[in-house]
Amino acid sequence: MTSNELLLSVEGVTLRFGGVTSLNNVSMNQKRGEILAVIGPNGAGKTSLFNSLTGVYQPQEGKILLHRIDQPAMSVIGQKAHRVAKAGVARTFQASRMFGALTAYENVKIGAEDHSGLGFVGAMLKGPRTRRGERESDAKTEELLEFVGLTKQANTISASLSYGDRRRLEIARGLATNPNVLLLDEPAAGTNPSEKVQLTELIRKVRDDMGVSILLIEHDMKLVMSLAERLYVLNFGAVIAEGTPDEIRSNPKVVEAYLGSAATKGNK
Amino acid sequence: MNSFLRNKRTKSFGITFLIVTTICFMTGPSGSSTNPVAGFSGALFNTAPFLGLFTTRRWVVFFLFAIIAFALQQIWKSYGARIRSGYSIVMAKPREIKSKRPVRLGSYGALLVLAILLPHLITDPFWQVAMVQQIAVYVLLALGLNVVVGFAGLLDLGFVAFYAIGAYATAWVVGSLPTPPLFGHILNNFWAIPIAIVLAMVSGIILGTPTLRLRGDYLAIVTLGFGEIITIFANNLNGITGGPQGSHIIPHFSLHLGPLRYVWGSGPIPYYYLILVFLVLFLLGFSFLEQSRIGRTWTAIREDEVAAESVGINPLKYKVMAFAIGAASAGFSGVMTASQQNFVFPSTFTLFFSINILVLVIFGGLGSIRGVVFGAIVVQTITMYLLHSPPSGYQPADLYMYIGAMLVVMMIFRPAGLLPATRRKRELQQRLEEVE
Repeated sequence: MTSNELLLSVEGVTLRFGGVTSLNNVSMNQKRGEILAVIGPNGAGKTSLFNSLTGVYQPQEGKILLHRIDQPAMSVIGQKAHRVAKAGVARTFQASRMFGALTAYENVKIGAEDHSGLGFVGAMLKGPRTRRGERESDAKTEELLEFVGLTKQANTISASLSYGDRRRLEIARGLATNPNVLLLDEPAAGTNPSEKVQLTELIRKVRDDMGVSILLIEHDMKLVMSLAERLYVLNFGAVIAEGTPDEIRSNPKVVEAYLGSAATKGNK
Repeated sequence: MNSFLRNKRTKSFGITFLIVTTICFMTGPSGSSTNPVAGFSGALFNTAPFLGLFTTRRWVVFFLFAIIAFALQQIWKSYGARIRSGYSIVMAKPREIKSKRPVRLGSYGALLVLAILLPHLITDPFWQVAMVQQIAVYVLLALGLNVVVGFAGLLDLGFVAFYAIGAYATAWVVGSLPTPPLFGHILNNFWAIPIAIVLAMVSGIILGTPTLRLRGDYLAIVTLGFGEIITIFANNLNGITGGPQGSHIIPHFSLHLGPLRYVWGSGPIPYYYLILVFLVLFLLGFSFLEQSRIGRTWTAIREDEVAAESVGINPLKYKVMAFAIGAASAGFSGVMTASQQNFVFPSTFTLFFSINILVLVIFGGLGSIRGVVFGAIVVQTITMYLLHSPPSGYQPADLYMYIGAMLVVMMIFRPAGLLPATRRKRELQQRLEEVE
């Protein structure tokens, strides 16, 4: 599935908030079709990295390039979040952020709709273009709700969905924007073991069936190790290790970051 | 004694008693500078009828009212839940019928027929004028502000500015201002409609693009300032706007299509129908807009701007769009008012006017089209009624006190408005749940 073509490349990114350095000279890359994970202890800068990749935060130094097919690469830094999203970077949030007053269906439909034009005159007159747009996004929404298994809950208000369902809805909303890469910020947080299994399957299905690359932050090691093809480990805002799950598991630096230096010293 | 004071019933009687006492003093006679106590003693010791049964001292009357209010409150507390559940069982069937499409369309049709017949049912000239100047135009304005405040969630306190722009644009196009008209030609009022809409929209975009990056309170302050600026411009630019006198020679709408000639002007009724036609168009347009992609996007931005951006929505664009659409309908209302009243002058475009429209929107239900129409009709009718046949002791200056009290009561019992919008109601419930 994974090709050798680059999808995302991050070079020497540094992000500071006042005197606090949140990301320190981070470099990483992701290949098209890869399931890549970023792990690290709390406060390591994982979510800051996500926010930098999606244009929410603007790092002071470094380069983030999004490589697209048939188009020149886009530099993410300096772009507004909605432009990055349009360029094919979809995401979910750590504490799931739904449009709570809207139904599951409407949530996905908002993602599926084309937000590039103005079209308010057409919308007020219910013109042919508006109607065609509605039909297209309806079809896409139904397809995606079925894909994530939420067809039954389509008309439920999203705020009253269960935690696991909300996670899946967020994935459907992200997929509705036709992304190249889907960034998942702790998708398994707060879900129960059986939901976790379903979620793992769903994420793999997103990559296999839709060809969307996955970039994942997760604390659940079992899930990460079974899902990810390659991992980056962050600690104090810097990349300390990179490799396959097996390589990471046996990397002393990673063990030290998670368990403290005493653990590695004891081993020696 | 202490436990008696802490008792919940004692407390709620105390509150009821205080409210009634306040009303007793508020509605009583006013004192004078020579005898300041007269107001107080008059409020207590003058006589008043009690429910038409007997006449006695005012304090007794109000004390009895307090007891009745307290009793009703207690009954509602004990039986309210049962009454409400009974009501929903009884109403389940009608509600089911109501949600059916033909029934809904039929009832809207019936309302339209009623609106068409209304000028023939109400023949009092005061009310005929009020229907056009104070109700129909205000419904239009409230519908427009609802797009800004209700749909997009932007607090706009300078809405009057766009209304003024529309009115002055009319005077300009028809050649009634000191400044020469557009292209040097005097045009028919109908031309003022597109020109006023475009001008209002453009000024909405010019104001909106830099300021809509601000949030909440800041936006309110900037729009408030804009409203004031427009009024001051109108007041001071003597050579262009005619200064404080404005213009009093704006002609009526007229139609010259070959053999078809018609001049609006003989009384308010022709204008009523003219506005009604546009009102129906606006109603249709705005409800399509609400159900469309754009309406959903506004809700998304209101709910969570960061999440909205993550699906490729540019919040600023949609906010400016809402602002421009609202401005356009205010501009249109300005054309109607200026043409119907034949005059335009700066002192009509006050901050109070903006707030008045906002009250209509909040009262009816933010974001709910039918609520806003209904709310505007109700509030404006009450206002006009108080003006037309004031109850004894009522002063015109008291109006805002009553409107304010009405809003407070509304916020307690129906915080989402008279006929709330489903989406808004859900949002409010979620906020409450978060607090709890």
